[in-house]
Amino acid sequence: MRYSRPGLDRLTHVILVLGVLVFGLPVWLALTASTHSAGALQSGVAPLWFGDEGLANYWQLLSEPISGLGVSALRLLLNSLIMALGIAVGKIAISLLAAYAIVFFRFPCRTLCFWLIFVTLMLPIEVRIVPTYSVVARFGLIDTYAGMILPLIASATATFLLRQSFMSLPQELIEAARLDGAGPMRFLKDFVIPLSRTNLAALFVIMFLYGWNQYLWPLLAANSPEHATAVISLKNFVQATDTLPPWQLATAMAVLTILPPVAVIIAFQRFFVRGLTDLDK
Amino acid sequence: MTVFERHRLTPWLLLAPQLVIVVLFFFWPAFASLRQAFYVQDAFGLGERFVGLANFERVLATAEYWRAAGVTLIFSIAVAAGAMGLALLFAVLADRVLRGSKLYRVLLTWPYAVAPAVAGLLWLFMFDPVLGVLSHGLALIGVHWNVHLDPTQALLLVVIASVWQQMSYNFVFFLAGLQMIPASLLEAAAIDGAGPFKRFATITLPLLSPTAFFLLVMNTVYVLFETFATIDNTTLSGPGGATRTLVYKLYEDGFVARDLGSSSAQSVLLMALVGLLTVVQFRYIERQVQY
Repeated sequence: MRYSRPGLDRLTHVILVLGVLVFGLPVWLALTASTHSAGALQSGVAPLWFGDEGLANYWQLLSEPISGLGVSALRLLLNSLIMALGIAVGKIAISLLAAYAIVFFRFPCRTLCFWLIFVTLMLPIEVRIVPTYSVVARFGLIDTYAGMILPLIASATATFLLRQSFMSLPQELIEAARLDGAGPMRFLKDFVIPLSRTNLAALFVIMFLYGWNQYLWPLLAANSPEHATAVISLKNFVQATDTLPPWQLATAMAVLTILPPVAVIIAFQRFFVRGLTDLDK
Repeated sequence: MTVFERHRLTPWLLLAPQLVIVVLFFFWPAFASLRQAFYVQDAFGLGERFVGLANFERVLATAEYWRAAGVTLIFSIAVAAGAMGLALLFAVLADRVLRGSKLYRVLLTWPYAVAPAVAGLLWLFMFDPVLGVLSHGLALIGVHWNVHLDPTQALLLVVIASVWQQMSYNFVFFLAGLQMIPASLLEAAAIDGAGPFKRFATITLPLLSPTAFFLLVMNTVYVLFETFATIDNTTLSGPGGATRTLVYKLYEDGFVARDLGSSSAQSVLLMALVGLLTVVQFRYIERQVQY
């Protein structure tokens, strides 16, 4: 069907390359700015090319306490990693078990349980933020990793996707397992989990990105710097000062913050696209 | 599908972790919000009294609430139009190219991994009145750009940062939608003599409309909730409330002003709005399945 239209093909590439460049520009400028000294940045418009202070800037962030926060970027990145992994692993673990129960067992109130979980799809944490804070505070979980993670895994997105995935498992395999006489735990471990590998990987990628990039909840739940995440630390660099912000550190921190999730999305592109399109439909 | 019919306790044990977490951290707070919306607390937070719909009346009677609703609406329209328009353009082009299409895909989807808070910071830097590249460029053509002073420019900043971040999400879905369109349909049209633009307008676009509708709802939800981070890292709802969205106002009233009655009423109104969007979404998907 594609009869050649050299003009149109060339235009297509030109627009795509332009798009790629424009969308890359903000990160490019952050990268270059993060390699200059504060003095060099203040002397005029932000540079389009690299300077030679890069190592010093990143080293300062990673090794010294950040002013106004009192912890280093290393600590912030570690906190982000703990929260993102906690959310991804926690959400997948509880959803896997729940979806398994709903699909492969018969029990009273099964439909009710499904709907109880399903309703949570609709309301993100932002709308119930004030009472969620009081509940978490009542359990004494403010400023703990558990408090940062638990309210964010109280939603059914993963359960829903895994339920769909389990329901489309090949019937013959289920029959085979039944003839095999496998108990519930062995059936889960030997049949269901291996057959859902791709979906589990896709979920993991999406949940990791979701966890890493959280903002409002960790801002409230982690109110000491010891638990602050990389994403919520950025505000400190630009909003706290009355003078010109230390942009060389702010941009370096931004680069450090986006590096892990961008690496994940590029390395697991296939899982990411699959996870995203399956999860939201 | 049922495999284990004789197990009574096992399904409950399997469900327990999720049910406990959902009840404690979803239903409890959600109902607390719902209940609190009909009560006011006294000045010391010791007692409370039932006030019916007074909290809602109070919220809906303030001009600030309607202003925030207006900002949210304009913000939503701008982000949906910008992010969906660009995503559709890039998706159609990336679907069309034979060489390098995989690379283009990766290079256009990675902004999804950037947190809205970071997106805000990156664009704040580019529009910085002192050293921003874009504000300097604009100064050359006589536009004085200062997001801390000009309400329109402040709103534009958060819109641009959000479009930049949200485009990739729309791109992934449009591209998936394009790949679902049967090639035979497009071939038939090509044999009938329809050029690429005609094929796009008469086949591709109508077949993408379910995806577009889905994305419209998702972009609205994005602006409602995720842009809190963008705003909190750039304009802090200013200048003068020009970038104060409904969720930003909810946060200010709940955590800064500590007005529980008002913030709960706002929570309930937002829940109703999101519920409405979800119902519309499901209705539409149901209709699509039939056709």
